[in-house]
Amino acid sequence: MNAIIISALWGIILMLCAVFIKNKKLPGYIAIAGVLILILSNQYEFFAGPFFNINTRDFFRVDSLGLLINTVALVCTLILFLLNGNEIESIGSHVAEYFSLIFFVLCGVSVCSSYNTLWMLFLGLELISVPLYILVGSDKTNLKGNEASLKFFLIGMFMTAVLLLGIAFIYGGNSLGSFSINFFDMGKGHMPILIASGLILLFIAMSFRASAVPFHFWAPDVYDGAPAPIGSLMATIVKAGVFIAFLRLFENSFAAAHHEWQPLVVIVIAATLFIGNIAAVFQQSVKRMLAYSAIAQSGFMMFAIFAINAPAEEGLLLYLTVYSLATIGMFAIVSKMPDYTLDGFRGLGKAHPWLGFSATVFLLSLTGIPLTGGFTAKFYMLWAAVRDGYHFWLVVFALLCVAISSFYYFRVIQAIYFKKPESDPAEPIQISRGFKWTLSFIMFIIILLGIAPNLLIDWIYY
Amino acid sequence: MLGNYFTFPELLIWIPLIAGIISIFIKKSNSVKWFALGSSILVLIVSVISLFYSDPSKQVQNFNYNHVSYLWMPYMGASFSVGLDSLGFIVTLLTALTFPIVFLNFHKRKIENPSLFYSLMLLFECGLMGVFVAYDMLVFYFFWILAFIPAYFLCCIWGGSRRISVGYKSFAYTFVSALLMLAGILYFYQFAPQLNPESVHSFSIMAFYTTHIEPAGQPGIFLLFFFAVAIITPVFPFHSWQPDMFEQSPFASTIVMSSVMTKMGVVIMLRWIVPMVSVGILKYETILVVLSVTGFVYGCSIAWVQDDLKKLVAWASVAQMGLIAAGIFSGNVPGFRGAMFELFNHGINILGLWMVVSIIEESTGTRKISELGGLAKKSPALTFFFMIILLANIGFPFTNSFTSKFLILAGLFSYSKWLAFIACIGIVLSAVYLLKIFRKVFYSENKNQGKPEISISIFQTLAMSVLVLLIIILGIYPDLILHFTNGIAQELMRRMGGINI
Repeated sequence: MNAIIISALWGIILMLCAVFIKNKKLPGYIAIAGVLILILSNQYEFFAGPFFNINTRDFFRVDSLGLLINTVALVCTLILFLLNGNEIESIGSHVAEYFSLIFFVLCGVSVCSSYNTLWMLFLGLELISVPLYILVGSDKTNLKGNEASLKFFLIGMFMTAVLLLGIAFIYGGNSLGSFSINFFDMGKGHMPILIASGLILLFIAMSFRASAVPFHFWAPDVYDGAPAPIGSLMATIVKAGVFIAFLRLFENSFAAAHHEWQPLVVIVIAATLFIGNIAAVFQQSVKRMLAYSAIAQSGFMMFAIFAINAPAEEGLLLYLTVYSLATIGMFAIVSKMPDYTLDGFRGLGKAHPWLGFSATVFLLSLTGIPLTGGFTAKFYMLWAAVRDGYHFWLVVFALLCVAISSFYYFRVIQAIYFKKPESDPAEPIQISRGFKWTLSFIMFIIILLGIAPNLLIDWIYY
Repeated sequence: MLGNYFTFPELLIWIPLIAGIISIFIKKSNSVKWFALGSSILVLIVSVISLFYSDPSKQVQNFNYNHVSYLWMPYMGASFSVGLDSLGFIVTLLTALTFPIVFLNFHKRKIENPSLFYSLMLLFECGLMGVFVAYDMLVFYFFWILAFIPAYFLCCIWGGSRRISVGYKSFAYTFVSALLMLAGILYFYQFAPQLNPESVHSFSIMAFYTTHIEPAGQPGIFLLFFFAVAIITPVFPFHSWQPDMFEQSPFASTIVMSSVMTKMGVVIMLRWIVPMVSVGILKYETILVVLSVTGFVYGCSIAWVQDDLKKLVAWASVAQMGLIAAGIFSGNVPGFRGAMFELFNHGINILGLWMVVSIIEESTGTRKISELGGLAKKSPALTFFFMIILLANIGFPFTNSFTSKFLILAGLFSYSKWLAFIACIGIVLSAVYLLKIFRKVFYSENKNQGKPEISISIFQTLAMSVLVLLIIILGIYPDLILHFTNGIAQELMRRMGGINI
């Protein structure tokens, strides 16, 4: 609850700053302070309970997994601000508004991580989406950004309608007459038709938000077309919110009919892994490759919805943490490069050894090489799927897709270390000391979670 | 007494790891070379000392000695558990021996960015040691992948002209097979019993050994594991990455891959797969033995027609690993014992061949047999060393691999007379291509008059002498290593239900 209230408040404060403060640097500092306060208050809630004792009439149910996802999203936001603060400030002239909109997204993420009724799910998803429609198109001079924003807005609105229709069906078909995700009447034997169609519609809407195939068409354009920090935000922090919402929706009442809707998830996972990975192979731009890789990685996260058991929850937490950190780091490095193509990365290992090394660690983690968190995360996900006991072939298929993914991740490593640059860069990249320290911090966390994932997972059972 | 304070398997992992990390920060070319040599000799000393604390009568199951285990991921039932059994003694000794010899051999050679190079080499050693001492499946998988990452970087940074594509190709082969193995591990794991109260299943070797899998389910699991074995060992027809990788990599990492990394396949087979799914193997046994023998003869014949010495030795290594695989798959006591002993001998003998080739290339600047000749006059010492190494590679009596090749052939013979006969043809072929080198490179007329004399540094002489001594000692007294193998072979036979003795 703390995170929901304070992030909304801080968003309003930053809105007001936009009116009264003309300094371009100040909003960035206020935003960083805000994220720090959010992290602390969220941790306070984790250990001691909320600041305000509000009776939410069971519209919200705060649990440790939700709070941990909040922490992950908030820490990732902090890292994003530290790494990409300059880029956010240079998008346009409305600096404070950009930060304020990001805080509203954070509010949506924290609603998604603790909602208990379908109303609140709708509210959370809209709180995430509406600011994003604006943020994606915030660079008004960029044609690609404008196109992405319009595309995202149109499809997003359509999917909101699908979500609402699903909610209406579920409510209509539910003999218990409740919006609460814990009280759906899943029928005995087979599902009532209204519930089943509502479930499918909800699944479609959630898959769209999670950028799973076949509802992924917006994702590469938006991640690629949006300003780099916003693309990074959408691929990581927003995804964390969407996936925790997805898991909460399906692990409660819907779990009763688990094996009836599981084939649906199987198809989506297989398609997401396959198309995401194959499409990423053909990309020449590293930024666009990361966009497709974000889709492919969603396929792995969908295993949590596939299995909905204890390792699935643990794995989703771990996966979201590791994947978000590595992706934010990669996006930050890409945004510093003058040239987003593979050729632009040539000789990075010589010119900026630390940048090259951290990019290598992030890419190895995204591939899932042991000693990085990427391996332990994938391992937990696959173990969840194996323990579920059905569709073992899907695990083998996912592992083969990991092998495909190594192709495009390693191509960047090859460019960084093994290929000589074709020409000397016109201007050397300027890297501040804080940027390097933040990258080192991310690397430290990724390797730590690769060796001892329990440091994070144990908190679920705190 | 020493064994009460130190656990050798841990030292074998941590010393190269720490040395590898330190050597990145040593900027002086000479000091990093000495440092790497020193730390690899330290590992060798640890490995040799561990032999005195060994007891060959103790078998795979005996975990009380030289075995250490820390809880790592409690809910998963994974622990950082390492140990040395008799098989472990043989392979870790081979690994510990290979690295100082390689470092000695290249001590005088100039290399670009030496601190990174030696650091990667030491990390490579750490990864290999980890694979050989791991007593926990997850730890094993960790090191399995980690062993290959330095090899990939070594090939792609210091390799030949096609290094990037060949490096990735090799990585892709091993990575795909390792991922399939991971699927197999996960599938197997769900049946593994509980060892500590916190977790439902366990990754420990003890749990994996006691897991009971229905005979109908075993062949499937074996297939998932098999590709890892087939690609790293290699078993024909999964070998195609290896000659390329050996040819393109820099000599130092080629030697390590050829003499040590290929043994990872033998270790996973003998320590993990045979005890885990012994019934499943029997279903594929015939085809596996046929494939291995085919690979042996095929590799030998390809090696025969090579003109490039590095390619020739690469194919020779691939071929001889086929013979080891045939020994394992024939599934009887002489086969297992021969394979385990040949594992050590092949490591030493192929190491010798690589060293001779690297010395020839270093001083004459070419590796083409057609451009070389008359080296015997220029360097009698090299000729002498090469002759001993050659005889050892053929399996001449009083050299080390005579006993092991004999045992493998005996095992193969009791499996199938015809296959043993075909394998004998392969051995004749290996004599043919090695004697071809001897005749053309060392004794035909000198074709490159202008080239300088062959110079063998004192370090290289030292390394060669160690190898030759080992070859002769093990040829005369093979029981030095062979006595380690009996317990494991008997134990494996017991697990396979005494079939095919």
